[in-house]
Amino acid sequence: MSPDLPLWLAILVSLFVFLGALLTMAGCLGLVRLKTFYLRIHAPTMGTSMGGGLILLASAIYFSITRERPIFHEIIIFAFVTVTTPVTLMLLARATLFRDRVEGSAEIPQRDA
Amino acid sequence: MKKLFPHPVLAALLLGLWLVLQQSIGFGHVLLGSIIAIGASLAAAKIIPEPVRIRNPHLLLKLAAIAGLDIVRSNIALLMVLGNPRPKPKAAFIEMKLELTDTFALAVLACLITATPGSAWLEYNREHSTVLIHVFDLVDAADWETTIRTRYEALLLEIFQ
Amino acid sequence: MSQVILSWSLFAGQIMLGIAMLASLYRMAVGPRAQDRILALDALYVVALLLLVTLGIANNSLIYFELAMLIGLLGFVGTVALSKFLMRGEVIE
Repeated sequence: MSPDLPLWLAILVSLFVFLGALLTMAGCLGLVRLKTFYLRIHAPTMGTSMGGGLILLASAIYFSITRERPIFHEIIIFAFVTVTTPVTLMLLARATLFRDRVEGSAEIPQRDA
Repeated sequence: MKKLFPHPVLAALLLGLWLVLQQSIGFGHVLLGSIIAIGASLAAAKIIPEPVRIRNPHLLLKLAAIAGLDIVRSNIALLMVLGNPRPKPKAAFIEMKLELTDTFALAVLACLITATPGSAWLEYNREHSTVLIHVFDLVDAADWETTIRTRYEALLLEIFQ
Repeated sequence: MSQVILSWSLFAGQIMLGIAMLASLYRMAVGPRAQDRILALDALYVVALLLLVTLGIANNSLIYFELAMLIGLLGFVGTVALSKFLMRGEVIE
C-alpha cells in the first residue's frame, strides 16, 4: 500500500466500498430468503447495478489518485456487467416461463397465441 | 464509405473500448483499434443487416441520467424491503402494450428495465407487441405503466424512431 | 490514520462479499430447480468479480482488474449457454 494517502480519499473509497458491498450482500441474501424464482430474479440486480457500480467507482478513484493519472478502465467492467446481466436474466426468465408453461403451473400468465 | 462502415456506432464504441482498455491514445493503439473496430463491425453486418439509426444522440445523455437516478432510487427501495426481517413484497406480473417497435430501442428498454432492481423484463410478444414484466413490489399497476410510458418509452421513441 | 480506515473498511467489505458468495453458494446447492442454481451461479460470478476489485484496492495492484474482467466475460458466456440449454435441451441450435 502507498504510504501517503490523503484522509478524504481513504474515507471516500472506504464509504463506496462499504456501501457497495452492503448492497451486494443484501441482494445475495435476498437470493436465499425470497420464496419463488420470480422474486429471486430481482435479487442479483442490486449487486450488478449499484453495488458493483460503487465498488468499481471506488477502485477508479483510488487508482486515479494514487497513480496520479486518470484510470477509468473500471468503466468497461461496469458497462459489460450492466449490459450482460439483463441478457442472462431475460434468457433465464424466458427459459423458466417456458418450463413452467410446459409443466402447466397456474401462477404464470399463459401466452395467448 | 457505407461498405467499409456498415455499423458506425458499433465501430466507434469498439474503438473507444479498445483505447480505454489500453489506457492510451498513442498512434499504434488508435491504428490497431481502428482495424479491430472496422473488422468486427464488418463481421457484425452479416448478423445484423439493418443499420442502427440514432436520430437524437443528445437525448441518450438524458436517458442515462434518468435511468441512473431510477436505479439508485429502486436500489434503496429494494434494500428497505429486504432489510425487513420477513420481506413481504407484493409481486405481480404486468402485461403492457408498447408502441416501440425498433429492435434496438426494445433492446435498450429491456436492458434498462431489467437492470433496475425491482423490475424484470420477461418476454416480448412481437405479434401483439406486448411485453411481460415482473415487478418485485407493485403499488399501483396503472401508475407503474404510465411511468414506463412517459419516462422511458417516449424518450426512446424520440431517439430511435 | 487513513491507511487504517481504508484497510478496515476493505476488510469489512470483503467479509460482506464473502457472505454474499456463501449465500449464492447455498442457493446453488439447494436449488430447488435448475434455473435457481443458474441464477445463483450468475450472482456468484458477479460477487467474485467485485471481490477481486476490492482485493486490487487492498493490495494496490492493477493486475486484479484483468482477472475481474476475465471472470465477467466467462460468467456471461457460461450463464447464456446454461439458459439456452434449459430452454431447448441443447446449447447449439
